[in-house]
Amino acid sequence: MSLLQIEGLGIDFGGLRAVHDVSFSLGAGEIVSVIGPNGAGKTTLFNMISGVYRPEHGRVRLAGEDVTGIEPHLLARRGLSRTFQNLQIFQAMTVLENAIAGHHLHEKGPVLADLLSLPSSRRRAAEAEASARMLLDRVGLGRAEAQEAGSLSYGALKRLEIARALALKPRVLLLDEPAAGCNAVETEEIDRLIAEVAAEGVAILLVEHDMKMVMRISNHIVVLDHGEKIAEGAPAKVSRDPRVIEAYLGPQVRETADAHG
Amino acid sequence: MRLSSKTTTLLALAALIALAPLFFPSSYYFRVGSLIFVNGLAVTGLVVLTGYAGQISLGHAGFVGIGAYACALAPVHLGLNPIAAAVVGAALSGGIAWLVGRPILRLKGYYLAVASLGFGALVSMVLANEAQVTGGPDGMTVPDPGLRALLKSAGLDLSNSAFWYAFSGIVLVIGAWLALNLYHSPTGRALRALHGSEVAARTVGVDVAGFKLRAFVISAFYASLSGSLLALQNKFITPDVAGYMHSIELVTMTVLGGAGSVLGAICGAMILTTLPQVLTVFQEYEQVMLGLVMMLVMIFMRDGLLPSLSRKIRGRGK
Ligand SMILES: Nc1ncnc2c1ncn2[C@@H]1O[C@H](COP(=O)(O)OP(=O)(O)OP(=O)(O)O)[C@@H](O)[C@H]1O
Ligand SMILES: [Mg+2]
Repeated sequence: MSLLQIEGLGIDFGGLRAVHDVSFSLGAGEIVSVIGPNGAGKTTLFNMISGVYRPEHGRVRLAGEDVTGIEPHLLARRGLSRTFQNLQIFQAMTVLENAIAGHHLHEKGPVLADLLSLPSSRRRAAEAEASARMLLDRVGLGRAEAQEAGSLSYGALKRLEIARALALKPRVLLLDEPAAGCNAVETEEIDRLIAEVAAEGVAILLVEHDMKMVMRISNHIVVLDHGEKIAEGAPAKVSRDPRVIEAYLGPQVRETADAHG
Repeated sequence: MRLSSKTTTLLALAALIALAPLFFPSSYYFRVGSLIFVNGLAVTGLVVLTGYAGQISLGHAGFVGIGAYACALAPVHLGLNPIAAAVVGAALSGGIAWLVGRPILRLKGYYLAVASLGFGALVSMVLANEAQVTGGPDGMTVPDPGLRALLKSAGLDLSNSAFWYAFSGIVLVIGAWLALNLYHSPTGRALRALHGSEVAARTVGVDVAGFKLRAFVISAFYASLSGSLLALQNKFITPDVAGYMHSIELVTMTVLGGAGSVLGAICGAMILTTLPQVLTVFQEYEQVMLGLVMMLVMIFMRDGLLPSLSRKIRGRGK
């Protein structure tokens, strides 16, 4: 059974049909990419799945349970976690604390214990800290842990968001343009990281403009244009779909594709 | 051994409180000192609410009023010792903060600032108008809790002002200790996270409305105890403690010293409590002065006095 099921999801902003009747599903260990031109509705789709927006139409099911419109923090408890296209970092905290903050559900406890700094509170925090250090190492930010997060480069912040999202030990992970603004080396690292996480059984939904990366790591691709799903399938199939080439890659690329075809 | 920043802060604060009396030319300074500690306590609560969680309240004097009047009323009506009355007042303030905060904090943006303004006005109006119970604008006397007599019988004879200086100083250090514990704890991290980005905090599982409510209730406890301390040491209380001006004073102290730092905010309390005592202009034109301070801080030192200064000093060290 698929872990995440999207059924006829839709939302309008004023007169604009930002997303309309989109359906697909995602299984454990799978990497599904959502692609489409700017403004196609990819981020809006993510916002609906992660509970930031309440969808106007359709259903979201997580492991069979209907979670449509449930608040993000409750979805986090059910194992859904995400990163943001426009970075949402806790700027005033250190890199390490950002990663620890991702462990909120593991480290939270009674406020009174925290106020009094009881051993139980310190133990929870210490466990979260140890795990945060491992995650930072994993995304290559181990050396930067003491820095204020606001001082990191864009690419480093993208990786910090991934570390923070992984801290939840999610079953489903939504990544909105994780490689945007990263150089080739960083992109490759993120690429490898995503594949590794998927290999551990996490279902990954990816939005990414770097087509080489998408084609390389996706099991399945969903193509959006003007809020609607215009195609889906295996990378090889989608990349040859004329509607996709038309809508997403533009007429020029179509010509080159024809030339190569 | 390297001391943690928490320990250093607490040691510095405790040393300052303990050693300052060596330089006091008269007992009047004990009085100013204890006023600083009373305000420092309320301001420490606002550091949790504003500095950690990023929420603004313009009505915290309402809780100060509840704490103050609890010490005046509960001994008369319930026969409680004034110290026990302070605890009852804090519980009441916390309960009211929870009830008031629950609907407000679900909303986003500046609803808390506006709603808390209304709450503060409501409390000071009730205190001023329910004259049969509260004595109205004329105020009420507050009974002595008998602590000083207890110390005297134990062989420690302090003057009235020295006793309240020491007592409020100790309460402030405890209050600062709790707030600093909170900063580095899971709860403090959740508060600072939602301050940084609400949407990101929610997606890592922080119940944003719930944590804002916790911060609001905690800060209400602090404000209430500050009011109780003030009532106990003045032995007299008027509805002014709950007034709008006092709320603004508290916010200005917090912002001046640096909302994110306990020690900074206490410095803010020190400066703005002392200024009216030494400069009569400040006393006469308090509203103008507070407005001026607030504007200058916002323009020149967004993070407040202490964080800005320490950054400058560290920057020069490099
Ligand atoms: N909160 C909002 N209110 C109104 N309109 C919105 C809102 N969010 C998105 N939109 C609009 O919905 C459409 C889809 O936007 P969305 O951000 O989902 O696109 P996207 O596919 O993520 O684009 P990009 O590749 O540039 O990130 C756009 O026309 C956008 O202007
Ligand atoms: Mg987008």
